[in-house]
Order: sequence, then C-alpha cells, then structure tokens
Amino acid sequence: METSERTLRLKSVSYREAILRIISQAGAGHTGGDLSAIDILNVLYNRILNVSPQTASDPDRDRFVQSKGHCVEALYAVLADRGFFPSAELDTVCRYGSRLIGHPTRAVPGIEHNTGALGHGLAVAVGMALAGRLDGRSYRVFTLLGDGELDEGSNWEASMAAAHYGLDNLIVIVDRNGLQITGPTEQVNALEPLADKFRSFGYALRQVDGHDIPALVEALASAPFERGKPSLLLAHTVKGKGISFAENQAGWHHRVPSAAELERAWAELAAQRAALEGS
Amino acid sequence: MAMGKPNLDIFAETLLSLARSDRDVLVVTSDSRGSGRLSGYAQELPEQIIETGIAEQNVIGISAGLASAGKKVFAVSPACFITARALEQIKNDVCYSDHPVRVVGISAGVSYGALGATHHSLHDIAALRAIHNIMIVVPADSLETREAILAAYAAPYPLYIRLGKAPMPDVYPASEPFRLGTCARIRDGHDVTYVACGETVPVALGAAEALAAQGVSCRVLSMHTVKPLDEQALVSAARETGAVISVEEHSAHGGLGEACATVLLRHGLHVPFDLVAIPDEHLVSGSQNEVFRHYGLSVESLAATAMRLIGGR
Ligand SMILES: [Mg+2]
Repeated sequence: METSERTLRLKSVSYREAILRIISQAGAGHTGGDLSAIDILNVLYNRILNVSPQTASDPDRDRFVQSKGHCVEALYAVLADRGFFPSAELDTVCRYGSRLIGHPTRAVPGIEHNTGALGHGLAVAVGMALAGRLDGRSYRVFTLLGDGELDEGSNWEASMAAAHYGLDNLIVIVDRNGLQITGPTEQVNALEPLADKFRSFGYALRQVDGHDIPALVEALASAPFERGKPSLLLAHTVKGKGISFAENQAGWHHRVPSAAELERAWAELAAQRAALEGS
Repeated sequence: MAMGKPNLDIFAETLLSLARSDRDVLVVTSDSRGSGRLSGYAQELPEQIIETGIAEQNVIGISAGLASAGKKVFAVSPACFITARALEQIKNDVCYSDHPVRVVGISAGVSYGALGATHHSLHDIAALRAIHNIMIVVPADSLETREAILAAYAAPYPLYIRLGKAPMPDVYPASEPFRLGTCARIRDGHDVTYVACGETVPVALGAAEALAAQGVSCRVLSMHTVKPLDEQALVSAARETGAVISVEEHSAHGGLGEACATVLLRHGLHVPFDLVAIPDEHLVSGSQNEVFRHYGLSVESLAATAMRLIGGR
C-alpha cells in the first residue's frame, strides 16, 4: 500500500473513533450515515477541496455543501482535523450554548451553508456553481447527498437546472448506502434504477465503492467527468461501515452506542489501525 | 387621486437601472418574467436573469447559493407560490443560513382576483413574520416601491418585498425621507389613525379625505415595513389620536393588524381599535376591487369604521 493511501486510511480510522466519541458524549447523533459518508469526506477534505482555514473566505475556494446535514458528526471530525476549529471543541457537540449543534451551520468555521432539512443542498450548490461561472472563477462546488433524501422532489428540480445550465463545475456525490430511517430505500420508496435516472437527468455519472480510498481519490480528481455536464458520483457505501455490528442495520440510523458496544467498537477500530500500520 | 403606474412596473424599472450599472445584480425567476414585468430586462440583460422554469423551491435554493457567492439576487415569483411552496427554502436557505436574498412576491394579496385561493397570498406576511431574519416590506406607491428596491439592493440581509399589480396613485409625501423600518405619516390628524400597507393605503387615505369633509381629522400611516414594525410611530399615533384602525390586504390572522394590536397592548394603550383585513373564510370571487369592497376595504366602509370607533367623542 502506498504511504499516501495508508495515511488516508489511518485518518478514516481516527475519524470513525472521533465520530463515536462525539455521539457517545452528545448522547445523540447519526452513527450509520456518519460511518457511510466518512471516507468520502476524508478524501474530499484531504485530497480534493482547495480550501483550508486560511482560505475559508477566499472567493476562489472550492465549496462543499453537505446536504445530508444529519451526518454532521462526520463533518465535524474532519473539519477539526483540518484545523478549522480546535479538536477539543468536539467535546461540546450538542451542549447548551455550543456552536457545534446537531446539523451543519455557518457558525462553524469551514461550513458554507446551514442544512438539516433534506433536499436543500443541491439547489444551493447549483447557485454557487452558477455564480462561479458568471464570475469566471475556477472553483468547483461539491455536494454530498444521502440516498434517502432523493425522495425529495427538490433534488430533481435542481438536477434539471444543473443540466440545463451545463454546470460542469458542480460535482454531486450520493452516499448510496441503501438505507433510510425506516428501512431499505427500495422498500420505502424505490429509487432504482438510480444511475439511469441521474443519466437521464443530464449528469455525467460514475460509480465507485465509497469506501475504496484510492478509487474515491481517482474519481473525484477526474471531475468533471464530461465537459459541459454536471458530474454525479454514485458512491456505493455501507451504512455503519467499519463497526461490524452497525453495518447495514437501519436501526443504527441514529442509535447511540452503549458502553459495551463502544468497547467492541474501540477494539475493532484498534484492530483496523494495527492492520494498516503493519501493512 | 390621479392613478400612476403599478408598483410592479416601478420595481422592474428600478431593478433594470440598478442592473445596468452592477453586473452582480441578478434576477432568478420561475417562468414569471412576464408577470414580473421583466421581459425588457431579460432582453437587455440576458446574462443577469436566471430562469428555473416553474420551480419555486429551486428559485430560492439557487438564489441562496448565488447570494452566498456575493451576487445581489432578486428572487421574483408570484407571492402566492414563492412564500408557500418555497417557504422551507426561504426559512432555511435564506433566513437561517443568512444569505441576503431579496424575495420579491409579485401580484400579492388578491391581485389575481377571481383566479381563486391558489393564486391569493393572504398568508405570506403571517408566515414570514414568524421566521427570524427577514424584513417584510409592503410598498404602497411608486416612491415607496422605488425606494424599497434601492434600499433592498444595498441591504446585506434577507428581505421580502410584497408587490401588487394595480395602478397606484402617489401617496407618499415628497418631503418625507424614506427609510426601511420607519413608517411614513402620509396624512396628519388627531381624531383617529389608519395604519395601512401596500395597495390598501390609498383606500385609507380616501377614507381620511372623506371624513375631513365631516370634520373628522384622520392620521394615515403607510406602514411599508411590516417587520420590524415602527412601534414608536404607532404608539405616538395611538396616544395622539386615541383610536387606531389597521388596514391590510392579508388574512386577519397574523398580519399587520395583529402586529399593531400586540404593540398597543404591550404599551398599555387600550384605545378603541379595529382590524380591517380579509376574514378567515372561503373568499368571495371577484376582482381585487370587488373583494376589497366585499370585506370592508373601501373608502365608505373604512370611514364608517372610524365613525363607529370615535362615536362617543
Ligand atoms: Mg441512506
């Protein structure tokens, strides 16, 4: 394994530990979705986005809008690691008066837009991408959507506009973990054939294993996938990824681990770290 | 009162002149450039109008994204749709996220007359009053509309500007400076005060003129900024005239009238008060003017309301 890949994969282990620490101290959080999205966020913030605490208000910075706002613990873990705010502040998530609440807000350095209600991020990202085009700026706009939130019609309105305006500076990532709060997306409100839907809406589409770090780096670095079209990266993920007993369990959507479950999780993550360090 | 242009036309003219000299001015609209009198704007400045098609949620979401990148965005769409279908986008993407979009609700109130409740916006002021971080502006005439658009252009915060499409007479005194958040005393008097906004202001002014002939002296306030309310002007009016009548083209629930009543009660001003608005019922059909008359938003009815309130004096 290359050093750079090992470094990133070790970061993912640390981020998963941070997510579980945040959720257990806050007594609330979206464990399953955090763990499915974290490898994507890792790659975005450590390899793709040209944004840093020093350039957080640079008009040429890349933008990221996390439409699936409920998975904010994953975003906080990455932003703290990237130096947008002190890691010690992660202990205040959801506490009285804390700026780190249970969804992303602009009160937190590095966050571009307040989310929480689903189906909002894509239209806002379209607006940011249009502004970049109008101003002749070279920044790109990335947005991360859950698959459950694709039930919201607003995503499809925004997709039509993205294609209509040929926004190839827009990269939409879908965290396709197959589950939403009630159960499998295909049982709640079937999304398939999802790739065909996106293609027919005018996206240039690629699919990737959303936990394969080198594949994510390669795919995201290659955007736009096609000139003149918005890019869509359909990232196939596992809800609860990395913690065996949480994987693919709808019940872990927003379950807080018990003390015993935490012990098992620490052990599993420690084993993952040891394996990477030995590789 | 000589009729001038519709406020909607003044809005479009003012916006075009701003946009000519500032490329950051953008209109985002939902297949409503014609209704918004923006066809000329679109022809002259095609790069400065963004069309979403019939998709109001998209209008607001895209506007928020554009505003976040420094664009001066006017989101233009019929008031009935933009403040109902896109209310969550206004609440979250504009107000909560604090992206300074100017939401322009066109053909507001019962401007669409007999087209029915789908096209009426009698809820918009109430809905937006309950959302933090948006100013609500309801101009009455050409001057208020022009000044409101100029002020909105310069304002670094979210606004809702509510416009009708009927031709309006000039009511604003040329001598009085216009400031958002401060109402205009368009007629002075000492017996009773009409507090009105938007297209009902000329009706209230007409009632004041009719009552003058009977020796009753009416103050008329054009409360063009409904939120935040100019409490001081209202309190002074209640103290100095002793009776207040609110007048609005909006549901009686949650609009200008209830805002005024709250202020008066909180200041301990238990003066004779009435609230003239559209009642909570399935609306009678008819033109805007006919609907106004039906619900007492007429010169005669407003005058009678005033006489009833001050009858004992
Ligand atoms: Mg999901």
